[in-house]
Amino acid sequence: MGYISSEAMETVAAELGVPVSRVHGTATFYSLFYTKPQGKYIIRLCDSPPCHIEGSKDIRDAIAKAIGVEPGETTDDGNFTFEIVSCMGLCGVAPAVMINDDVYGNLTPEAIPSILGKYAACSCGCKEGC
Amino acid sequence: MAFYRAHILVDTGTPAVLKGAMAVRSALVEEIKRNGLDKEIQVVETGDLGLPGAGPAIVVYPEGVTYANVTVADVAEIVEEHLLKGRQVQRLVYKGQTAAVITGAGDARSAEMRVILKNIGVIDPTSIEEYIAMGGYEALAKALTTMTPEAIVAEIKASGLKGRGGAGFPTGLKWEFAAKATGEIKYVVCNADEGEPGNFKDRLIMEGDPHQIIEGMVIAAFAVGARKGYVYIRGEYQQSVAHTERAIAVAREMGLLGSDIMGTGFDFDIEVFKGAGAYVCGEETALLESIEGRRGESQMKPPFPPVQGLMGQPTVINNVETLANVPHIIVKGAAWYNGIGTSQTRGTKIFSPCGDVQFPGVYEVPFGTTLREIIFGMAGGIKSGRKFKAVLIGGPAGELVGEESLDRRLCGEDLNPGAGALIVLDESKCIVDLMRNCAQFFYHESCGQCTPCREGTKRMLDIFNWWVAGAGSEDDIKLMDSLTSAMATASRCGLGQFAGVAFRSSLPLFMDEYVAHLRDKVCPNEVCSMDKVAQEVKIASC
Repeated sequence: MGYISSEAMETVAAELGVPVSRVHGTATFYSLFYTKPQGKYIIRLCDSPPCHIEGSKDIRDAIAKAIGVEPGETTDDGNFTFEIVSCMGLCGVAPAVMINDDVYGNLTPEAIPSILGKYAACSCGCKEGC
Repeated sequence: MAFYRAHILVDTGTPAVLKGAMAVRSALVEEIKRNGLDKEIQVVETGDLGLPGAGPAIVVYPEGVTYANVTVADVAEIVEEHLLKGRQVQRLVYKGQTAAVITGAGDARSAEMRVILKNIGVIDPTSIEEYIAMGGYEALAKALTTMTPEAIVAEIKASGLKGRGGAGFPTGLKWEFAAKATGEIKYVVCNADEGEPGNFKDRLIMEGDPHQIIEGMVIAAFAVGARKGYVYIRGEYQQSVAHTERAIAVAREMGLLGSDIMGTGFDFDIEVFKGAGAYVCGEETALLESIEGRRGESQMKPPFPPVQGLMGQPTVINNVETLANVPHIIVKGAAWYNGIGTSQTRGTKIFSPCGDVQFPGVYEVPFGTTLREIIFGMAGGIKSGRKFKAVLIGGPAGELVGEESLDRRLCGEDLNPGAGALIVLDESKCIVDLMRNCAQFFYHESCGQCTPCREGTKRMLDIFNWWVAGAGSEDDIKLMDSLTSAMATASRCGLGQFAGVAFRSSLPLFMDEYVAHLRDKVCPNEVCSMDKVAQEVKIASC
């Protein structure tokens, strides 16, 4: 389901015999673990120095404009979550984003709409795509 | 084994696949078949060729010609012109430094020396047979059947091999501590949590030649008496995880891993552990905490991991590149290794120039190579016709140097290479903006455990935020100086200790630029907003 719910944390804590606070502390420590529902597609834009100096800010603005949400937010239809992340080791093709498992590098703001178009929400409004 | 007159290697590294490398591969196979060449020419998938921005790329052997940015539409032309008629398709030929140049006819100007990367872009990383054909697992056989554990440790010590993750601790010494330590079970951990911005060499090794790491780990395990190993790979590196897991499974099937390795009675097995997104887990004690299922918080040292590490047991933790050196040293000997590099720093180092260079990528050179040779030789100099300004060596935790240092040598006794990142800036970039960005990185990645780092990285970011908004004053420099020196002294691990290094090294070099921001409230390169109002709104809202 893409995130670790409070119930799941309570179950883990009970199984391991540790306080829920410790499970929560661990789950929130790592950036690839989520404690809230996320969009179907998570857009991870790198803003570490190599991507930053190659213009990740312009990419950030282009993504925010294309999907209408700021970093840290999810679109109302639940299709996209937008995040700014630390280096993903794609510095050779900076600036880079990952959309779920897919990598896009050497980005320009102009390229963003067509890339995001591939992940557009299904026109019927369902979240699975049909 | 069938004989082919030509081989075509297709770059199937992550960036290339996403740009359509698999479709190019299928089209090549199809077109070759259509021309009746399928008995003569073999198409092979290889790992990442280390040519980011050139993908999908293919290399045609025996000529060793690299074609970059190949599309399905180009395939027919390549097959007809090059493979049928023997004429290279000039418009697609890659002009930068390539593996093909190194392993093929050779380029006299090239200072590259591929030891660790010799198989990258040459073999199919999913084929253990090809690794073995290139001399793979010879070192393991030699170590297990002709050497004692003590002799292996002595050989690694004599080689002078030092850690390639940035800290440069002598590997042989680390192994010796672990070998002498007593424990119920000892561990060998490969640190593949490559997270320092600007570094992508370990990804390339894992994607392109994963057996090297396994071989290095088994030798390390035999030397120190370990029974269990982990490769801790950052979660974002999915292809590295896939290739390493596959290599482990195949090595186990062939009796090169698991129980009774090569029939010698030695048992050792490896498991891949995926990180979940935390830069600090690259710090060895934090990494071990993470494997044990906790928050990745660094621990006080001593005890050091070789004495008391994973599950409280003696543990050797080595970086990917460090372990990849091991088989070569075992086969060719410490004396051979001592002939490479400088008197204090032996061997080769993989660098990853990126940022404003023409050909970003990975390049393996002997220690002692100058910055100029890498940036202006191999990486092709600055792109878009601008001038060189500065380079951040190793990443945000490293030193920033300018033009005055281009002829300095990258080695322990001169410029510390860190893990090998070279983040190059051209003249249009702003140093204060870069430093603010580095501070943002450390603020985000601090584990929050110790006060100097948790509060210090936050204060650094606040102060840089004033500066880029035109709200700083010249007195702030003293404030930043005392803050970063307190962090360097009092932080628990390297994250806080090194967070101020880049700023402190940049200050004397670019004092004019700092003064322009702080006194004149001007960003000379017009990168920073210098907008006090907007920044105040931002600070108030967080």
